Amino acid sequence: MEFDHTWWTFLIRWLHVLSGFMWVGLLWYFNFVQTPSMPKIPDEQKPAISKVIAPAALFWFRWSALSTIVFGLILAQMNGYLTEALSLGLTDNVAKHSAIGFGMWMGLIMMFNVWFIIWPNQKKALGMVEVSDEERPKAARRAGVTSRINTMLSIPMLYAMVSAQNLY
Amino acid sequence: MNPLDSLSGTIISGLVITVIMVVLINAIGA
Repeated sequence: MEFDHTWWTFLIRWLHVLSGFMWVGLLWYFNFVQTPSMPKIPDEQKPAISKVIAPAALFWFRWSALSTIVFGLILAQMNGYLTEALSLGLTDNVAKHSAIGFGMWMGLIMMFNVWFIIWPNQKKALGMVEVSDEERPKAARRAGVTSRINTMLSIPMLYAMVSAQNLY
Repeated sequence: MNPLDSLSGTIISGLVITVIMVVLINAIGA
């Protein structure tokens, strides 16, 4: 085995996929498990989620989102298709670049949502920053809907990523 | 009604976007 360009590209792809598993795994945990379970939990037990589990999950969630994007952009540059993919393949009419490009843009939108909408609003909703009683449910709703948008986008995003590798 | 209010609506919306995206990819790569 040689530590050549192929090996380093593989290493970055592995780190990209590892980070992505943690990110989307936690995203699906929030949407498929935690949020639907909250109404079934007695009020006196809810702080276990809102004060302990959710803040810990959100920590790994936002940092794995960032590392997925950083490793992904490095990988695209190492593979030589960063600008073609970000142009959605419109500059060279290559389906592989179009597919990976759609995935990259959806990933970038999802990471923006995590850092600039979900996380700031979750801090308000979970009481990690002081807000009025009026503002708290609004922040929770904003975080919840944006998290659902990311869950929706994860479906075509993963199709784009996997199809770019295997179909095109 | 917002389709994102339910998990099934969220998944169906994701699948619809996937189909639209595949059509666009094939059109661009043709």
